[in-house]
Amino acid sequence: MSERDAEWAALMRAGLAGDRAAYAELLAVLAPVLRAAARRGLVRAGMPANDAEDVVQETLLAIHLKRQTWQPDQPIGPWIRAIARNKLVDALRRRGRRGREVDIDDLSDVLAAPPEADDSLTRDVARHLDGLSAGQRQVVQAIAVEGVSIRDAAARLLMSEGAVRVALHRGLAALAMKLRERPE
Amino acid sequence: MKTDDLIRAIAADAAPAPSLQSRFALLLGLAVAAAATAFWILLGPRDDAVQSLGQLRFVFKFVVTLSLAVPAIGLVLRLVRPGAALGIWRIAILLSPGLLALGVALELAALPSSSWREAMVGENARLCLTYVPLIGLAPLGLLLLALRQGAPAHPMRAGAVAGLIAGGIAASFYAAHCPDDSPLFVAVWYSIAITMLTVLGALIGSRLLRW
Repeated sequence: MSERDAEWAALMRAGLAGDRAAYAELLAVLAPVLRAAARRGLVRAGMPANDAEDVVQETLLAIHLKRQTWQPDQPIGPWIRAIARNKLVDALRRRGRRGREVDIDDLSDVLAAPPEADDSLTRDVARHLDGLSAGQRQVVQAIAVEGVSIRDAAARLLMSEGAVRVALHRGLAALAMKLRERPE
Repeated sequence: MKTDDLIRAIAADAAPAPSLQSRFALLLGLAVAAAATAFWILLGPRDDAVQSLGQLRFVFKFVVTLSLAVPAIGLVLRLVRPGAALGIWRIAILLSPGLLALGVALELAALPSSSWREAMVGENARLCLTYVPLIGLAPLGLLLLALRQGAPAHPMRAGAVAGLIAGGIAASFYAAHCPDDSPLFVAVWYSIAITMLTVLGALIGSRLLRW
């Protein structure tokens, strides 16, 4: 087991025990690694690398929502790699299904984008939030975009903290499904 | 949403998650209970079930069905874990068909060829094809529910293996009722009945187990 793997595994174990700071650190460390892998994979398949961020977000959500499939006594690297590969393959497959009918609009889209603008990093996927119920959307928006704590979100939205937690969890699950089933 | 925002939301959702095994174990227990209930209501054991425990052919039926269910459980738990090696289970899943083939060979050697047909057709072929899938239906549903927690790279494959587990459980109960003990009967009818559950599991799994 590599040093990096041991470090990630330690953070994940802490996260699984409820340590939010460690969990956030793990996800933050993973994001650039996943991003580089997603770009490589997309480019190799002949697709624009700026779709990578959707794959990264889907992978992060899957890591979170499927965290119970990792066994704490096993190395974490192969587990993360398998999830990332799966999400990349999904994205390519979705593209492929539509690939037969690639039309000029798609191409102009790609051509119109400034080649090196890193819009992928700042791209807003608020469009995906519209699949959430109103309550879920408010909670996810408050916590994710505005960065308020669960307690503050509860106070602001006149909900109990428990209800905020449930709405957040369901909102993330709904977001994952939305990303998975997006027509692209 | 930016990725950093998403990370903030995910981290806020950090909470101890119940382990995959414990949930699977719970629902597997319920699956066995559901099969037992359906079996007792629909069929019940045959009158001489206990005395028959001394008969090789009777006991062999359970060897075949349980040697299918147990490795299928081991296999499916690997299939739903990303990056997990299948290891020994890839081979172990062949144990039941292997034993059954051996049993068939011994039976063919033991019986005169004139009675092969009778042993194979038995008395209860239709009952077997009806009740094994019927008893296995609720267990299959419960197992698929448990596997939704998982993340199979191949949802259809995981669903099919869930069907093998449900089939192995259902056939184990059914074997206590059925008077046909010949491995020839088991090889034909049990196989078809379990295959029905396997196909159903694959079909449902390919949709339900996507993640």
